[in-house]
Amino acid sequence: MQITFEVNGTRAEVEVPARTTLADCLRHHMGLTGTHVGCEHGVCGACTVILDGDAVRSCLTLAVQADGTKVTTVEGLSSDASLTPLQMAFRKHHALQCGFCTPGILTTMHALLSQEPNADEERIRDVLSGNLCRCTGYIPIVKAVLEARAAYGGPAAMENAHGV
Amino acid sequence: MKLPSFDYASPRTLAEAAALLAASDGGGKLIAGGQSLMPLLALRLASPSVLVDLRHVRDMNRIEATADGLRIGAKTRWRDIEGDPALPAAHPLLAAAIPHVAHYQIRNRGTVGGSLAHADPAAELPGLAVACDGELEVFSARGTRRIAAADFFLGPLTTALEPDEIIVALRLPPWQSTRRWGFDEVARRRGDFAVSGIAMFHDLDGVGRATNVHIGVFGASSQPCRLRTAEAALDGQVVDAAVIDRVVGAARAELDPPEDIHASAGYRRALTGALIERTLKRMAGQPEH
Repeated sequence: MQITFEVNGTRAEVEVPARTTLADCLRHHMGLTGTHVGCEHGVCGACTVILDGDAVRSCLTLAVQADGTKVTTVEGLSSDASLTPLQMAFRKHHALQCGFCTPGILTTMHALLSQEPNADEERIRDVLSGNLCRCTGYIPIVKAVLEARAAYGGPAAMENAHGV
Repeated sequence: MKLPSFDYASPRTLAEAAALLAASDGGGKLIAGGQSLMPLLALRLASPSVLVDLRHVRDMNRIEATADGLRIGAKTRWRDIEGDPALPAAHPLLAAAIPHVAHYQIRNRGTVGGSLAHADPAAELPGLAVACDGELEVFSARGTRRIAAADFFLGPLTTALEPDEIIVALRLPPWQSTRRWGFDEVARRRGDFAVSGIAMFHDLDGVGRATNVHIGVFGASSQPCRLRTAEAALDGQVVDAAVIDRVVGAARAELDPPEDIHASAGYRRALTGALIERTLKRMAGQPEH
């Protein structure tokens, strides 16, 4: 089936079988392998992409359902060679080890902070429950996301000294 | 696993969707958010001949408050319910239950109709629909009919929906603002399916006795249900410690919970009793009007 959508700011036309998930479409048909596929049935969150502004599981979305939408993958978070503030905070706080889950967490947290820059630690932890990370124990991830809020118009890092 | 092969259609109207389903001779499946169906496809537990996508069918995602109660369109997403500022007053039990449904990314796509059609025995919305005497509005080429939630859920992943029918809306009866109510569940992580959960409410008569008692359970039975003997133990009583004991005892005796990797039947029975006890105590502290 023919689908036309915008991926990371660029218009794309792809021909895929109806059964193709959005994750496989991005990876296999478009070479965007930054979107990782872990469980393939909606449990691990590694394949999260941003669809029309909302974080969604790309393994639980058909490619044909993305026709006419705007999709942002981890490759699209940064428009040039530099890291985004969220990515820099992940590096600073060692919020990743093996990195497999990281694209899904970055896209999820980018969508969250874009919509809710004042998300508090409880909200961040609640949202993060949809992404499995087996390396970090989540503590450095939460610290990084709390710090990155300032770049989205949320509270400045110093004001969150408590718990950070 | 990769999904099985299927045909795909995305009709513009409900009538076209119903016609496509009817023409598929029982092999077709509806998809909207896909958050329950896609895992079934990935696990090859479902292999429809055609997927009929409701994404272009309009006006199915409204939440309307009427004199008949609440009408929630089948394509309403969890995040739409969560973000509706009127709901905590219009239906506090619904507003309290929905934050427990699934994880953030799934909440952005998962829909009311999908959850009802999927009929997971541990899902919150089917439990709430049964606890509140809800009705499902369904559409087919034969017309529209309503099915009581109590008659809709027949067992795990099994419903009274005919293969050519489309869930259009969930209707919940009007909510009395003076009502005492409670919702609670235990899940391994917030957002996971419940090991056991309860949704309950009652009204108070002029002298403070419980009337119109509803005790709904999900996750601790093969389909969501009301605990009728526990309700009878509470009906007409002023809620005190002795009454709560009797209600909890009746609930534990009445339950016949499933056993699985997450919990034994005995654990679910004990847990459900504890949830009812805790919630009744909390409800007793709610203000009298």
